[in-house]
Amino acid sequence: MTYVTSPDPDPADTAGFSQETLWMLAVRDQRDKAAFSALFDHFAPRLKGFIMRSGMGGGQAEEVVQEVMLTVWRKADLFDPGRAQVSGWIYQIARNRQIDVIRKENRPVPEELYEDQGSMPDASQVVGLEQEANELRQALGRLKPDQREMIEKAYLGELTHQEIKSQTGLPLGTIKSRIRLGLERLRHELKDMRTDD
Amino acid sequence: MTEITHHIPDALMAAYTAGSLPEPYALVVATHVSMCLECHASYEAHQALGGAVLETSGEAAVSEALKSDVLALLDAPVASEPVYKRTGVYPGPIMTALKGRAPKWKSLGLGVRQCILSGNAEGSVRLLYIPPGQAVPDHGHNGLEMTLVLQGSFSDETGWFGVGDVELADQDLEHTPIADAGPPCICLAATDAPLRFNSFVPRLLQPIFRI
Repeated sequence: MTYVTSPDPDPADTAGFSQETLWMLAVRDQRDKAAFSALFDHFAPRLKGFIMRSGMGGGQAEEVVQEVMLTVWRKADLFDPGRAQVSGWIYQIARNRQIDVIRKENRPVPEELYEDQGSMPDASQVVGLEQEANELRQALGRLKPDQREMIEKAYLGELTHQEIKSQTGLPLGTIKSRIRLGLERLRHELKDMRTDD
Repeated sequence: MTEITHHIPDALMAAYTAGSLPEPYALVVATHVSMCLECHASYEAHQALGGAVLETSGEAAVSEALKSDVLALLDAPVASEPVYKRTGVYPGPIMTALKGRAPKWKSLGLGVRQCILSGNAEGSVRLLYIPPGQAVPDHGHNGLEMTLVLQGSFSDETGWFGVGDVELADQDLEHTPIADAGPPCICLAATDAPLRFNSFVPRLLQPIFRI
């Protein structure tokens, strides 16, 4: 489909931002429905596929997709591109919603960090985060199938309680104090798991 | 405030992010993340990895009606959910569990008090209030026990735990945490031990001490 994103107040500040981030900022700051429509086209099929992989039927999965996308619209003011990728932010909304549906209970969530609320974070921080997330995604793609499956299983919420308790579910090391360092480390951990290159 | 030195291990954070942790433990993690910037960053890093899985693990075509349904609902009025803010030493997730009210303490003797936040066959989570020099009651666990300090501090054979620190213990750890001198120690404690008495026991027969 075609759409026009709202003019950005200062395009230089968003150079290097991913398309998803630009759409999300247009939704957050301009309540841009065309940008939301583009986000829907990108994420709804991925969400449905992701949710069905954890065992939900197609009809119920679409109900969850609907709730998740409406939450993206309604809680857009909580999106902070300096701290989260759009995909990671939507991932968490989707998992929370799935838990609500499956267990009929609300998952306890941390307090939001309200620092710099609504203001544009340092653009270089956003771009750095985007780059690291891309590299993380590529690293995930290069894993051996069984290792990749283990990571997917963990983030689809399919680890058993025993796997969680014994902490054998995920071969990830300690994550450092800032998300960029954290991403860097996770990426290296993933890289270290790779044996085929 | 002293620096937090006992954090949430990676595997637990991944399980929390994915929503796999039983609710008692999830409340402890959510509360710790609200108090600890380092673990907040760790949480975000795990979300990024979850996002990468979402982006790359396959698509399923959605029905035509779904998009028009969602677009039609964008301007619909929504009832706002209550957001419970940190009150005193209790971060938002605990205030949410308390539904915004102050804890209702029950005495366990020797000045020790507890307030059960939730409990079922899978486990339970409670607030504990321990005067200086008193032992933290054994909340009886078969598997993982998580204890997060909200006020004061305690010490045991494994170390010193101040505000924001989380002690993880399994059934093999013989330990006797004692509240240190200073303000009373207030902790959030989760265990997988079920509450001992089932709901069919008449209320009058239930002991005061559900521990």
